[in-house]
This record gives sequence, structure tokens and C-alpha cells, in this order.
Amino acid sequence: MPLVKQGRITTDLFVHVADGAELPGDGAILITAARFLEDPEAILKRAGKAGVIWPNGRAVDDLVPYLDRLAAVALVFPTFRDGRAYSQARLLRERHGYDGELRATGQVLRDQFVFMSRAGFDAFEVKKDADADAFAETMKRYSVFYQPTGDGRVTALNRRMQLRHSESAGQ
Amino acid sequence: MYAYDELDRTLVNERVSEFRDQVKRRLSGELTEDEFKILRLQNGVYLQLHAYMFRVAIPYGTLSSKQLRRLAHVARRYDRGYGHFTTRQNIQFNWIKLAELPDALADLAEVGIHAMQTSGNNMRNVTSDQWAGVAPGEIEDPRIWSEILRQHTTLHPEFSFLPRKFKIAITASEHDRAAIKIHDIGLRLHQNADGETGFEVLVGGGLGRTPFIAKTIKPFVHGRDILSYVEAILRVYNQYGRRDNIYKARIKILVHELGIEKFAREVEEEWKQMGHSALTLDHSAIEEVRSRFSYPAYEKLPHMPDELKQAAHDPLFERWRKNSVAPHKVQGYSIVTLSLKPVGGPPGDATADQMDAVADLADRYSFGEIRVGHEQNLALPHVAKRDLPQLWKALDRLGLATPNVNLVTDIIACPGLDYCSLANARSIPIAQELTRRFANHDTADMIGRLHINISGCINACGHHHVGHIGILGVEKNGEEFYQITIGGRADENAQMGVLIGPAVPYGEVADVIEDIVEAYLALRDRPEELFVDTVKRLGVEPFKERVYATR
Repeated sequence: MPLVKQGRITTDLFVHVADGAELPGDGAILITAARFLEDPEAILKRAGKAGVIWPNGRAVDDLVPYLDRLAAVALVFPTFRDGRAYSQARLLRERHGYDGELRATGQVLRDQFVFMSRAGFDAFEVKKDADADAFAETMKRYSVFYQPTGDGRVTALNRRMQLRHSESAGQ
Repeated sequence: MYAYDELDRTLVNERVSEFRDQVKRRLSGELTEDEFKILRLQNGVYLQLHAYMFRVAIPYGTLSSKQLRRLAHVARRYDRGYGHFTTRQNIQFNWIKLAELPDALADLAEVGIHAMQTSGNNMRNVTSDQWAGVAPGEIEDPRIWSEILRQHTTLHPEFSFLPRKFKIAITASEHDRAAIKIHDIGLRLHQNADGETGFEVLVGGGLGRTPFIAKTIKPFVHGRDILSYVEAILRVYNQYGRRDNIYKARIKILVHELGIEKFAREVEEEWKQMGHSALTLDHSAIEEVRSRFSYPAYEKLPHMPDELKQAAHDPLFERWRKNSVAPHKVQGYSIVTLSLKPVGGPPGDATADQMDAVADLADRYSFGEIRVGHEQNLALPHVAKRDLPQLWKALDRLGLATPNVNLVTDIIACPGLDYCSLANARSIPIAQELTRRFANHDTADMIGRLHINISGCINACGHHHVGHIGILGVEKNGEEFYQITIGGRADENAQMGVLIGPAVPYGEVADVIEDIVEAYLALRDRPEELFVDTVKRLGVEPFKERVYATR
């Protein structure tokens, strides 16, 4: 399954470690929330980077104390029709100021890339190779955005207001 | 009318390109039907019994003549020459071909019409009062706020995959014509004690198999905060709404299970955490949207022009005027409702030729503007009273002057088993038969205001729960049966109707309705007492007795 980061297919440096499996001594790991919360300090003191796979059904508040020391948070789309992770992503980015890697996992498909990116995801475990190949192109589908989110894209309203100001300044 | 600017146009065009690509990938097999289904639904495309159905949004029920002509074009070019106006200010085309859909969408996009989010588990078309901006006594034009919400809900990055569909309706009049109490969120525009404009926010209304009247979650939310407050509701729902059972996934179930107080506290907490955010609308942001609504240059006209005095001698004209013409906020003008409920016709259908002709009449008599109401009728919102006689003649020729607005034959009905893959029973032939039974206008007039709503299944697209008389199609041992409720209503005093007894077979429905109406005529204490008030006063018992005594 290809990983897309910064708009490009890239090698995944994180190793998914299953619950119960032994943790490698160093290197970046991605573990479940349950395992992480058993002993967060031990995980964070390891030599390698740590990332947590956070489930849909648990409030991200429980992760907040550790955010500045986590290298990655992975949120889950059990199916692409389940949109809970969009809210979690926005809360992590916009309310809690998380600025590490925010990874979309599960049924990650091309036609949701733009929504995911707007909600704050910047890494994507893409289900199909063809979708990963089309990532850059797909992100160009839209140039107009109505809602303000934390993604930095200028909203339609802001563009209109800027236009008004420049028009009135020119008069 | 709201005028799209370059940004609105660009977004709609980008949506068309995206969908064209998605259809192409579906036809090539790159997308599975399971994957494609959600994408097509988000563009208003259902797979029905016989063909794909295409549902197009008419935001807050406002259309320009140019837009209506384009809908006629779509009906003619891509469908079978007609369209069906729905209870949520949409129009549906029933015979569209998948491969042609992107072209139909592109044709519509040229005039600023889209089908985004007319189905699927996202925020649906924002609806409002079809008399918005012209009804006397309105707080202000609710379409400004409807448009602000339309933009905000379009391709929302957080709420496009909700547990279930989500519908918002807005009214700014004391009399609620937008049925806000049966919506997921209902917004009632009003002013607080300080004279500030804001909203009473209602939540958790809806019909379907578990009907609820919406409850007030907050009596006053300032206009500047409406987007953040709506977003707080949506965020709580997106996270906690049930996803394990499609029948329990609407927000009404969450509100019911938590209780409105607890739900309100959750929303309040979320809202407080948002604080002052980019969602807060400052004055200039609201004015920016308001500035792109244009209003007619009304003339100073007499209240009672000579043309109207003369025409009053024609009893047929007078009957139509009294029934279908409503007061306008500007002297000398009227709001005219065009009945899409001819005797024997399917409720809410209009042919392409009718649509073109209405567009022409709108240009001549209504500043090029047309409205669509949830009762599945059209309206011309700015008709000079002096033009009423001419307009009436033209409408009559088109079959659009049936003087039955709000009367027993002004029936709301879903497409039912004639089209719909969910239906258990037919709706349209029941409606057609009822319009024949009550075809005599004097009788219908004498009966007075009476709304019959028909749904062909429990999903309640025909709003049967809130019909004064509700008819619900069910299936019993492979046959069509119908449950009858009475006393429902969808206005500011909204409530669910009460079942009168066992379901009756298809062939007996019209007889039963006639019995109910006859019972009402015998029971009402004076001619002015409306059907729904008689039911309120006496309960269902006397009606039940009348219907089942001989069955």
C-alpha cells in the first residue's frame, strides 16, 4: 500500500507494530492507542520516533498531553463512508495545535483526498496504486473553497472581501 | 435573486469535471459500484426501479427564468420531457442515462444550477420559505442566511460523510411555510429584546420510521454566530451519531437517546471551545452576500387597479384569485401560486413545455423570478395586481390555474412504487383518484384547507405524518395496503398525525378519505373550523367510528 506524503509517493519509515509484538529497539514505530496508553512515557523515551493509531470511537482529548512528543498520529477510515476521522483531524490540528504527521489510514481513496487534506491530513496510506499515482493531479481538482479550516487555503469569502477592498482602494 | 460570481461558477464547474472523471472511471470499471454509489449520490444520482434518477437542487426555492428554461431543456434533452418537483425544493428527472449525466450537469452549471449533495449522507439542499423576501411581516429575507449556509455546507471537508443525511430549513415568518420542525436543524429568524437579529435553533426533527418534532436547542443564536453554532451541532453529531444501524443514524435518534438537555450541553461545550473563530460572520461578510441578491424595481401601484375590479365580475377568475393569490409586502403586487396539482395528474410534475411557458410568464409578469415550495407547487413572487387577469388566462391555458391551493386536492405525494425502489406501494394513482373524487371546486372550497400527504413507504418522502390526512403505503402479503392518520401538520404548530385504525386495501383508500371528509363536514362546529382543528377538538374517535363502522 503506497504512502503519499508531501504530495509524493514515499517510503514509509514507520513500522506498524502489532499489539503483543515486540517493539524494535530503535526506528520509527506506529502502534495502537491501547498499547501506547499502557505506558506512554516508556514509548516516548525510546530511541526511535513514535506514532499512534487513534481509533474513531475515542475522544482525541486523551492524546493531547503527548502531542508535542509524537511524530505521527494515524486516524482511521474503517470505510470511506465513515467520516469521524475528519472531525478528529480538525480538532488535532486546529484546536490542539498538532503539527506532526497526520496520517489517513483505512479505506483511503482518491475521491476523498481533497476533503482529507482540507481537514489537516498530510500523509495518506492509499488503498490503490492508481489513486496514489493520481494524487497530485487530484489535489488540483478544486480551486475554490467555501469553509475556513486550518489548512491555510483562502476561502471564497476572503477572496471576495479582498477584491472589494482592492476595488474600493482603486476608486 | 442571488447572482453567482466567478468563484461560485468555478466551483460548480470543477464539480462537474470531477464527476465526469468519476463516471468515466465507473464505466471503465476502475471504480466499483460500491465506491461509485456514494459519489453519484453526492451528485444527486439514485438508481431507481427503471432507471437512474437525477435530483437537482433549487436552493431555498428560488429560480430565475433562465434557470427554469434550462431545467426544461434537461427534461427534454436527457429525460422524457417532464420533471417532478419534490418536498425539499428539488426537481427530479426519472429517466436519465448515466453516460449523459455529466453533460446534463454541465448544461445546468452554465446557469448556476447544481446537484451537489441532493442525496447521500451529507448536508442537503438548504430550504426556505418559498415566499421569502416578499411575504408581509417577515423579519428579513431568510435567503441571505440560506445562501450563507448553502456555501458553508457545500463540499464541507468535515461533514461530507455524516452518519446519515442532514437537512436544514430556515423561516423568517411567523407562519412557517418551510416545515422547519421536521428538519434535522430548523432555523427561525427573529429579533431578541435588544433588536438584534438571530435564530431560534431547533434540532432533531424528522419523519421516516421514527418521526420526531424538532426541539428548541437554543432560543437565540446571534446571526454572526450561526455558522459556528451549526458547526458545533454537526461536530457532535458526526462523532456520536450512530453508525451501526442506518435506521438509527439520524440526529433525531441521538437527540432522543441523549435527551435534548444533554445534547444541548454537549453542543454548548463544543461551541464554547470554538470561541471566536474564522466562522464568526462580521457585518461586512453578511453584507457581501446580501449585496449579491438583487430585488425588483417595484412600481408605485394602486392597491386595487381597474383591471382587477373589472375581472372580479368573472366568477372563475375570482375563484382562482381568492384561492391562489396571496398578499405581497409591496402595495399593488401579489404572490401567485401555480398549482401543479391538476385533476388526474401526478402531484408536482411539470412538463418541459410548461416550464418554458412559466419562464416566459415570469419574464413578463414577475421580474423573471420563480419560486418552488415544499408543497410541490410553483409561485410567481412579484406579480402586479393589474396583470392578474392576463396571467390567469395564460396559466389556465397551460393547466396551471387549478384553484385548489391548500385544498383537499393539493396533495403532496412521493413518486411511490411507480418509480421508487424503496416503495412498498403506489402513491401517484392514489393521489390521482382523490383529485377526481374531489374534482368539484365548490365542494373542495366548502371543505376548506385540508392537506393530504401520501408516502409510498415508511421513509416518508410524501410527509404523510404531517398531513392533515396522512396516507402511508405498506405491503401486506404482497398487496398494497394503506395506513391512514389524521391531525398532523407541518407548520409552526407541527405535530404528527394519529393512526385511525387498521390499514385498508388500495381499492378502498379513496372511499375512506371521502368518509373522513364527510365525517368532518358533519362534525365541524362552523364552516370556518378547519379539518385539522376539528380533529384537535374531537380526537380521532368519531372519524374512526365513521370509517370502520361499515368495514
